[in-house]
Amino acid sequence: MENALEARDIIKYFHDPVSFQVIKKISFEIKKGEFVSIIGKSGCGKSTLLYILSTMDTEYEGALLIDGELMKNKTERELARVRNKKIGFVFQFHYLLNEFTVLKNVMLPGMKLAERPLDEIEQMAFEKLKILGMEKHVLKKPNQLSGGEKQRVAIARALINNPLIIMADEPTGNLDKRNSETVLEIFSRLANEFHQTLLIVTHDNEFASRTHRIIEMEDGKIISPLHL
Amino acid sequence: MNIRLIAEIARSLLLARFKQTLVAAIGVTFSITMFITLLSFMTGLNNMLDSLIVNRTPHIRLYNEIRPSAEQPVNQYESFKGMHHFIHSIKPKKDLANIRNSLAIMHSLKQDKRVMGIAPKLSEQVFYTVGTVDLTGVINGIDPEEESRLFFFHDYVTTGNTADLKNTPNSIILGKGAAEKMMVEPGDVITVTTVKGNKMQLKVVGFFQSGLADFDKVNSYTSIATAQKMMGEASDYITDIQVKLYDINLAPAVAKEYSLIYGTEALDIQTANAQFETGTFIRTLISYTVGITLLIVAGFGIYNILNMMIYEKMDSIAIMKATGFSGRDVKMIFIGIALSIGLFGGSAGLAFGYGLSSIIDLIPFRTQALPTITTYPVNYNPKFYLIGIVFSLITTYLSGFFPAKKASRIDPVIIIRGK
Repeated sequence: MENALEARDIIKYFHDPVSFQVIKKISFEIKKGEFVSIIGKSGCGKSTLLYILSTMDTEYEGALLIDGELMKNKTERELARVRNKKIGFVFQFHYLLNEFTVLKNVMLPGMKLAERPLDEIEQMAFEKLKILGMEKHVLKKPNQLSGGEKQRVAIARALINNPLIIMADEPTGNLDKRNSETVLEIFSRLANEFHQTLLIVTHDNEFASRTHRIIEMEDGKIISPLHL
Repeated sequence: MNIRLIAEIARSLLLARFKQTLVAAIGVTFSITMFITLLSFMTGLNNMLDSLIVNRTPHIRLYNEIRPSAEQPVNQYESFKGMHHFIHSIKPKKDLANIRNSLAIMHSLKQDKRVMGIAPKLSEQVFYTVGTVDLTGVINGIDPEEESRLFFFHDYVTTGNTADLKNTPNSIILGKGAAEKMMVEPGDVITVTTVKGNKMQLKVVGFFQSGLADFDKVNSYTSIATAQKMMGEASDYITDIQVKLYDINLAPAVAKEYSLIYGTEALDIQTANAQFETGTFIRTLISYTVGITLLIVAGFGIYNILNMMIYEKMDSIAIMKATGFSGRDVKMIFIGIALSIGLFGGSAGLAFGYGLSSIIDLIPFRTQALPTITTYPVNYNPKFYLIGIVFSLITTYLSGFFPAKKASRIDPVIIIRGK
């Protein structure tokens, strides 16, 4: 199967306060349709790796290919376009815009991509929210929702442009047990039913155990690319 | 599509901080209001003060200075040629005040394409005889029609009609101050004595008020024919030819030219009234300076509010960048916010400025000096409104530019990692 994402010899330094190698020559690939988790202790560099993979962090050595395309030497605008079209993000914090309704929040990346007419984007946003069981809340403002609900809206937003890959950074980090379970179920469903490629960074081993592949990191290196 | 989306986001952010943006917009509104009002009022006053002098003053005045002839008879005497002459007690000749060949000069002036019109004038020292008292004065013989057309004479005639000078034989329009001294009313007859001793009875048909009290105490107007008759001179006897040009700026050059052609003195308006242009310039400069200062202060307000908004919306900016908005999009959003503050605040400022200047325009302002003015003068020049809105857009753009640039450079990783 084709690679959704490929990392070749990624090296990353932090220079403040002293030079320190966070990522030490990491290479791996994620095939289309794979459900992958990266686990590791705090400070092992897993979030840093994710930001490099997401194209938001551009100061690294090595090569990153998304959908077979090299990300090096792309301009800031081109990278923004890649993130818009090919990558969906879910963070620990929901980052919804309180000025807009739930529906509009989901629509914004679609409107930015502007590949479809507005009514079609609206229809798609509604469908994505329906998949996540949020169709009753479409006209609410994010600050009227609970934490778990907000995170589900954030997932719907990540889905709007039918991205190649969804990247999540501790998506359950801020949620209680029950909501975490819901989010996990949603990710499993996306992977199994919709064959969505997913890359989840987490320190929750139970969460990780339900993904297709676990990449374990320690001290800036991959120590066990296990296949389950 | 992209522009619409950016406009929509800008609008939402703006409405989310409605009170703050309102305060910022009010700052702009206030400064534009003051800018418009100040300029309208100042230029209104300027124009009024200028017109006090400029409208009434000929652009070029041709006249003869009373002075001794440069060519004394002894110079023409062959035997003394090349010698040094000592001549004592040279006296000027009276008839030099007359412009020689005046009819031909006027005819030639009328042919000049730069000349809007000419008005002949005959000024003469006289005594107004009231009972046993003789008051000194100056009688100006004028052509009432041309004087009104070119120099707005009718504006200063507060009682009576300028046409009466022509229609009523031996009539006179007295300065308000002179009339008060003599205690005469229109219809009364006064006696005027010329310096040469000629006496004449003149009928008062009106009063004028020039705005310069000293001038009004001395001067009076009559028709040029009456003046010539009074002085016992021929109908080509005039002392001044007043020229009005189409372009006032040509006056100094044209004056020099006329002086050479016609052999008279030619005084241009710029030389005669240099101080007025300076005054006008300074007043306009002050208005602009105050207006721009106010706008800059308002600009700082906008800068602060946008900076605060960016700190507050750091998360939103980060997620927008993460989900595919480029730095340029973010910059455009914040510049859009700044410009709409400028546009709405500025437009409101134009409206309020117009309103305030209209109110000033209604305030009664009566002064002895200016008979034609009843309220404060206001100049509604559309230029000020154009400058106002352009200034407000430029200032708000500049004050939005730096915060917007900062927002565009926000690194989403740092924000997201910080949570």
